[in-house]
Amino acid sequence: MTELQEEITPLVEVRDLKVYFTIYAGVLRRKVGEVKAVDKVSLDIMKGETLGLVGESGCGKTTTGRAILRLNEITDGSVKIKGEYIHKTSLKEIRKIRPTMQMIFQDPQESLNPRMTVSSIISEPLYEHQNLTRKEKEDRVYDLMDSVGLNRDFASRYPHEFSGGQRQRIGIARALALNPELIVCDEPIAALDVSIQAQVVNLLEDLQEQRNLTYLFISHDLGMVRHIATRVAVMYLGQIVEIGKSENLYSSPLHPYTEALLSAVPEADPEIERTRKAIVLTGDVPSPATPPQGCNFCNRCPKALEICHQVEPTLNEIEPGRFISCHLYNG
Amino acid sequence: MAEDLSPVLSVEDLKVVFSTRKGEVHAVNTINFNLNSGELLGVVGESGSGKSVTMMSLLGLLPSPPAEVKGGTVLFEGKDLLKSSSREIRRVRGGKIGFIFQDPMTSLNPVFSVGFQIIEPLKKHMRLSRRQAKTRALELLDLVGIPDPQKRFKDYPHQFSGGMRQRVMIAIALACDPKLLIADEPTTALDVTIQAQILELVKDLRKKLGMATIWITHDLGVIAGIATRVIVMYAGQIVELASVEELFANPQHPYTKALIGTIPAVRGERASRLNSIRGQAPTTLKEPSFCSFHPRCDFAFEKCVSHNPQLLEHGSNHLVACHLIEDKGIALD
Repeated sequence: MTELQEEITPLVEVRDLKVYFTIYAGVLRRKVGEVKAVDKVSLDIMKGETLGLVGESGCGKTTTGRAILRLNEITDGSVKIKGEYIHKTSLKEIRKIRPTMQMIFQDPQESLNPRMTVSSIISEPLYEHQNLTRKEKEDRVYDLMDSVGLNRDFASRYPHEFSGGQRQRIGIARALALNPELIVCDEPIAALDVSIQAQVVNLLEDLQEQRNLTYLFISHDLGMVRHIATRVAVMYLGQIVEIGKSENLYSSPLHPYTEALLSAVPEADPEIERTRKAIVLTGDVPSPATPPQGCNFCNRCPKALEICHQVEPTLNEIEPGRFISCHLYNG
Repeated sequence: MAEDLSPVLSVEDLKVVFSTRKGEVHAVNTINFNLNSGELLGVVGESGSGKSVTMMSLLGLLPSPPAEVKGGTVLFEGKDLLKSSSREIRRVRGGKIGFIFQDPMTSLNPVFSVGFQIIEPLKKHMRLSRRQAKTRALELLDLVGIPDPQKRFKDYPHQFSGGMRQRVMIAIALACDPKLLIADEPTTALDVTIQAQILELVKDLRKKLGMATIWITHDLGVIAGIATRVIVMYAGQIVELASVEELFANPQHPYTKALIGTIPAVRGERASRLNSIRGQAPTTLKEPSFCSFHPRCDFAFEKCVSHNPQLLEHGSNHLVACHLIEDKGIALD
């Protein structure tokens, strides 16, 4: 890699990231195979941007997000955050870097301890990482509650007293407590109702602007990702098939999978729906334990060539900032 | 027979109440609608709006207690389902009325083969022999696009993927040539490319079989693609009912408008900021004497707090429950 100027140095650099889960079977629990949840993923996340990571269930998007924060062990490859390699550092060392990188989880019901009050949930990271007096902590909690739009009077209530959208706000406040730079948002709106989703997304956008946050926004909601993301990476079966600027990727998807995925999204407009022609993929996503030979998408791809069944494609930059992993674009 | 004239299903003043420790929750509050043959009626609303409860109550599928149908009539083929004995209802359920549920994993029985589960209604409702039933089951599996039905017939639900399981559910629902198919969020648990497959299949089947369908969902995109008419529900009531083109082109109720505005498009213009609806959906612990949407409505005025609006016709076949339109006759922009 050549040295780039200061302002375009990425905040996160992921190279050839692999996360394999071993399958054990039999009485002796012998290793019988591996699930290649994430297989050779490389991506950069620039400071202040939102990188959308989309794909269907089981494609490895959540595992990628967790591996970047070292919440999953990394099998191979490197992850560099703010110039520091974190893929091999000891967990003790990792703890020191944790404040810069936080996560917002999918299900606000399950990611908040039901026995803790809102204020203790939000202040827990402060206990762990900072030495503040009781008064300072209290002020900080109130500040955070204000900034995510929670009423201060609710500080001593428990999670079950809140609705889904408000619970997600608690989760966001907790993630913000240590002034992080990077937040991995793992399907933060998937469990919410449509009218509440927009509230939470607007909040995330406001916070990003106020605090210069960088997001990795993991979602299967392609409309929402288009709305929030600067750049988008599309994953299929553990690999990135396409990365590009959001507007380019949505207006002219190049990889056949991206094309099919986008064409399959129904639009809330009967006019468009009448003429929309979905590219209906046949079959199901293969198991990541037994991916097909060659390109992972070859057995469902409507445009597959001979070579796709034999040789695995690599991620190539075909125009500035646009990367595709497909034999159709190799010539 | 003059089949096209009389509706397949007509629901009048349906009320469902749940008794909870905090009091009675008015989950469905005075609902009226008709379903004509060959029509696909979409029912949209957020969680807790009463869309599933409405449909479950039609077939006596709600556990009682805590649920209780407080009144109303549900006419299906001239019979009031709410007054039928459980034996009579059982004859209709799974026979003339087919049901598809949201989660294909939990609604199929894991200990019986898929074939067995398709044959079951055929033997019960159509009194087919084992052999006839099997032939029909294989036809159905083929119809819903399951490759190699002969082989798959003996497989168990866990051996199928989510999309394939939902196809099996559809096969079971269609087994006895239903007049009415009720689908409750059938594609919500599926990935978008698999959802596209199922939607194609349903469109195709409806062309072939022409049954009336009620499709419950929270996804306005899905509705826009398949429905002919749409009901929008909020807090247990219908707030708007119109044909799909009319509803999206000319939504009247502030809730419908706001809801359509909250959805980011995948195609066309990208909105710089999403419209959101402030606050959250209410719990319906009291029978509302006000418009349930007024705390979240930008246009609410005094009457919205003191009177519950009626569902009235504004324009041809366009029903809206809103004081603003009723009193002031304004279509808002």
